[in-house]
Amino acid sequence: MVWIVLVLLTALSALAYGLGRRKAKAAGKGHSRPNYQGAYVALWAVVPAGLLLAVVLVFGGRIEHAMLSADAPAAVAELPSEQQEVFYGDARALAAGKATSGTYDFGPLKAHLDAKAAQSARQHQIFLTAAIGLAIALALGGFALAFSRLKPDFRARNRVEGWVSGLLIACSTLAVLTTIGIVASLAFEAFRFFQSVSPLAFLFGTEWSPQIAMRTDQVAADGAFGAVPLFAGTFLVMLIAMIVAAPIGLYSAIYLSEYAHKTSRGVIKPLLEVLAGIPTVVYGFFAALTVGPIFRAFFNWVGAQTGGPLGDYLMQVQNQMALTAGVVMGIMLIPFVSSLSDDIINAVPQSLRDGSLAMGATKSETIKNVVLPAALPGVMAAMLLAVSRAIGETMIVTMAAGLQAKLTLNPLETVTTVTVQIVTLLTGDQEFDSPKTLAAFGLGLTLFLVTLTLNVIAMRVVQKYREQYD
Amino acid sequence: MQMTKNVTLARAEALPDHAPIKINAMGINVFYGEKQALFDVSIACPDRAVTALIGPSGCGKSTFLRCINRMNDTIVGCRVDGRIEIDNEDVNLKSLDPVVLRSRVGMVFQKPNPFPKSIFDNVAYGPKIHGFASSKSELEGIVEHSLKKAGLWGEVADRLHQPGTGLSGGQQQRLVIARAIAVNPEVILMDEPCSALDPIATAKIEELMDELREQYCIVIVTHSMAQAARVSQRTAFFHLGRLVEAGTTEAIFTNPTDPRTQDYITGRSG
Ligand SMILES: Nc1ncnc2c1ncn2[C@@H]1O[C@H](COP(=O)(O)OP(=O)(O)OP(=O)(O)O)[C@@H](O)[C@H]1O
Ligand SMILES: [Mg+2]
Repeated sequence: MVWIVLVLLTALSALAYGLGRRKAKAAGKGHSRPNYQGAYVALWAVVPAGLLLAVVLVFGGRIEHAMLSADAPAAVAELPSEQQEVFYGDARALAAGKATSGTYDFGPLKAHLDAKAAQSARQHQIFLTAAIGLAIALALGGFALAFSRLKPDFRARNRVEGWVSGLLIACSTLAVLTTIGIVASLAFEAFRFFQSVSPLAFLFGTEWSPQIAMRTDQVAADGAFGAVPLFAGTFLVMLIAMIVAAPIGLYSAIYLSEYAHKTSRGVIKPLLEVLAGIPTVVYGFFAALTVGPIFRAFFNWVGAQTGGPLGDYLMQVQNQMALTAGVVMGIMLIPFVSSLSDDIINAVPQSLRDGSLAMGATKSETIKNVVLPAALPGVMAAMLLAVSRAIGETMIVTMAAGLQAKLTLNPLETVTTVTVQIVTLLTGDQEFDSPKTLAAFGLGLTLFLVTLTLNVIAMRVVQKYREQYD
Repeated sequence: MQMTKNVTLARAEALPDHAPIKINAMGINVFYGEKQALFDVSIACPDRAVTALIGPSGCGKSTFLRCINRMNDTIVGCRVDGRIEIDNEDVNLKSLDPVVLRSRVGMVFQKPNPFPKSIFDNVAYGPKIHGFASSKSELEGIVEHSLKKAGLWGEVADRLHQPGTGLSGGQQQRLVIARAIAVNPEVILMDEPCSALDPIATAKIEELMDELREQYCIVIVTHSMAQAARVSQRTAFFHLGRLVEAGTTEAIFTNPTDPRTQDYITGRSG
């Protein structure tokens, strides 16, 4: 029903635009061009009514719910509040002809349910009629108001510009507010976590075993929340990933921007972009099911050949290890690094290359001595962005690095990362106020601060680098 | 003859009728893809003299200049035919490495393009890649010598290790001239070297060209008639990809044979 009104509104806006324009044209040359006058009328016809409809769509259900539950029968009022929710939900579902939860379909409350359903149906009718009536009234009123204002010297252009900039401001405010909201909730929950676990123990503790704290007889043993092994694991996987991604990504960027012929560039670039489009979960099972077993077989084989204590150790290497996760994550990051570096290398002015070539430098000398040094700050920024992605990456490490929090820098051990622990802490049935789940917010906040710092540094560097050639 | 008032001619005794031919281009055609940019251009540039290439925008002056050091090779789809000799040696020979050629033929571009390195490293760039200096002190000697020749030493001697991009436009242009001189070339090509500079910096560069002329063969592209008249001994006028007229600067400016040249230098076209 509401949707039909939306369609009507669209039609009305077109009509309003046409009428406004015609009136303006007929009035002759004035301050603003006729299409601005038309747009002004159309905006007034549509925006207030549209806003009203949006409010109804978003909050309508809640308003109706509140109206319905206003005079609760005594039998219903006795129910616990969640059950009341279910009851009213069922009543509204019944009224709308949808499936109910079935809880109250039989039994003593059935009569109340039917009564409420009937009330809900009536109420919905009234509500909807009122909303639509109001919307139409607003639309027509807005149209009439705006239309009557049109005069040759009416400054419709400035008004329309004002509407447009208002819209843009509203959108950006929304984005900013959302970000602030996320950060605030993260900080708030993290604060609650740090009330039960001291920040120092969290940041510098070397033992991570949050399961222990789950048992009620052993509430929040501080020692169980030392995040150092997680950050060490994150760092290790990130390091391996960057060892793979940085050179390969950079060299393929150099090849693409400096050497590749147009045709081969046309083939390779899209291929790299395909690599960038693979979902991380696919990389995850590629790591767990293909790369992991290959590495394991390889190290076991090497172990069998060498013998001795080292051989014994290698024989026991598992599928899940930092190396698997790191290498696959590195592969995932290659297109990211290479496309960023490609842009940056392309931004180095051709005149520098020409200058070097005209001195008798070869192509590779030119790249090594002039292009790369000029692109270096930008390339560093690209690497930092890649690092912050590696740190935030979850799926691959969940599937390929293991779950055990070990404080080690040995790439053949299973490690776990901050993101993986957040996932394991929050999946499954959890109460949201035990230190165990709150720990996720502590981890999340710390991780956020780290990646934020990296991104800010990277952005700064890129910006500075851009200015250099302006 | 009609000429703008401020045009003064290069000193007559500098006319290099006696000088040997350094660059000899014969029947050059250049194509960018299907489009032909130069048509059968033949021109000779004497050693130890400045040859100015003039002509309206898009007539192929830069294209011709880039034929001399084979910078056109770096442009995808650009094809050059015809014969260019430097000291009677064909530069387009397959056996001649453009890298070697370019160490003999320096080039200065329209916009100063110092590398994002220190002043010292900018000048030392060529000697380093060509292995001209066997020791650090020798390298320092080359850098000092080149900067002195480019008339920049006095201004930068105490800040050799600051970035070259921090210099003023005119200083940057002299820096890249020093950079070109540092590899001890025989020919220096300059493509509108003063078009981004103010009159004072321009005067300095012109003075510099006049000095360098005593040792090098210089070919310069310019849009300023006055500049061509001041610094060059020979002038060639290009029009729509063809060489219309070439001769001593004095002859071109006082007694052009082609009406198009006449129109261009008096500012009636172009
Ligand atoms: N890289 C290129 N690709 C395709 N066409 C080109 C290229 N460079 C130059 N041309 C064309 O060749 C012709 C000559 O250009 P050129 O740059 O040599 O002119 P110019 O005389 O130096 O002009 P200006 O005085 O404006 O610098 C022009 O028509 C130009 O469009
Ligand atoms: Mg040019």
